[in-house]
Amino acid sequence: MAGDSVKLLGFWASPFTARVHWALKLKVVKYEYFEEDFRNKSTLLLQSNPVYEKVPVLVHNGKPLAESLVILEYIDETWKQNPILPQDPYERALARFWAKFVEDKCVPEIISVFTKRGEEKEKAARDARENLKILESALGEKRFFGGETMGFVDIVAGWIGYWGRISEEVAGVNLIDAATIPLLNAWFEHVLEVPIIRECLPPREKLLEHSKNVYEIATAGST
Amino acid sequence: MAGEVVLLDFWASMFGMRVRVALAEKGVKYEYKEEDLRNKSPLLLQMNPIHKKIPVLIHNGKPICESLIIVQYIDEVWHDRAPLLPSDPYQRAQARFWADFIDKKMYDSGRKVWTTKGDEQEAGKKEFLDNLKTLEAELGDKPYFGGDRFGFADIALVGFYCWFHAYETFGNFSVEAECPKLIAWAKRCMEKESVSKSLPDQKKVYEFVAQMRKNFGVE
Repeated sequence: MAGDSVKLLGFWASPFTARVHWALKLKVVKYEYFEEDFRNKSTLLLQSNPVYEKVPVLVHNGKPLAESLVILEYIDETWKQNPILPQDPYERALARFWAKFVEDKCVPEIISVFTKRGEEKEKAARDARENLKILESALGEKRFFGGETMGFVDIVAGWIGYWGRISEEVAGVNLIDAATIPLLNAWFEHVLEVPIIRECLPPREKLLEHSKNVYEIATAGST
Repeated sequence: MAGEVVLLDFWASMFGMRVRVALAEKGVKYEYKEEDLRNKSPLLLQMNPIHKKIPVLIHNGKPICESLIIVQYIDEVWHDRAPLLPSDPYQRAQARFWADFIDKKMYDSGRKVWTTKGDEQEAGKKEFLDNLKTLEAELGDKPYFGGDRFGFADIALVGFYCWFHAYETFGNFSVEAECPKLIAWAKRCMEKESVSKSLPDQKKVYEFVAQMRKNFGVE
């Protein structure tokens, strides 16, 4: 749409911000990206997301939106090309179900691997592995959750293949086991091979360094 | 569009109430099946093997799980009447944002109020009331969260209203004293038949919570 102003407020290392980058790029939407500094949040961020004060935030023609899953559905409804969600109501409900499953059952566990120690960390890793196995059952033999092309669940969960492997290295846990989840493992590769996805991933060394710092701070003082 | 509709539910569940309200708004006939959560039916376990939770909507034999997902499904299938979400994408996103906030915040903070005592309960109360105040600020002077029309965010929250009496009694506070506009909103919603017929009596909920407290040994 001519004259559209689309701004994305984000953090380069955040997988939630990545979701929005991916959706906008898959839809070929022009946007401006603003990097936020957590220790010094911009006025625009605080005004746009007063409830959570977090990224990502999408600002479309001056109107702000927060929460990555909400933003993804908005992007899909506003720019009709390259649909993210299926048309059929039942298929849409399934896509939303699995996106929520990732959000409720995979994300917290993967974060806990970074913030917990000892037995709690091991349990978080076990739960993550178990839940990724369940997620795999929804993929089956398909190339993507969305079929031939990336869809909602691919955008919501695809980051795990990149960020998850870095977390494994930093926290010394196993999250993605090729033997246990071969189909999901192959799917991670399919996602990261998509040119627009590959091009916008944060550089591995930079993300690894950042993750190590976060891990050190989160587990400081532990035995 | 027509076809068999079955709802697996539990009478006191504020999540189940969301689906009851949505079906009532659309005038959809359905079979209601009460689940005993301590003895879940084979049908429930088959239809929601991953979470084993209610509510589950079964439409033409196919299950849909997660209350807000079910409400959106209902809105999309029975799209020719009583829209539950606005037509404008930005307003739809706002409705989803607030429904998500309610989902993230209300149940857990409410649960702390009736399952804990002492300092933990005080912290739970504060969190619960802070969340209600945030919602009340968002409501403002509008009749409903979406404006003039009852919709998605209202449906997400309204089931908690019949639990307020239990929260207030066990937590020793008054929602009306803290959030009068929210109570006015709730009473406005209760004037709708789709809501009043879908929510159980608050005294029944209170007795249920009192029994649960005994079972958990909170008393």
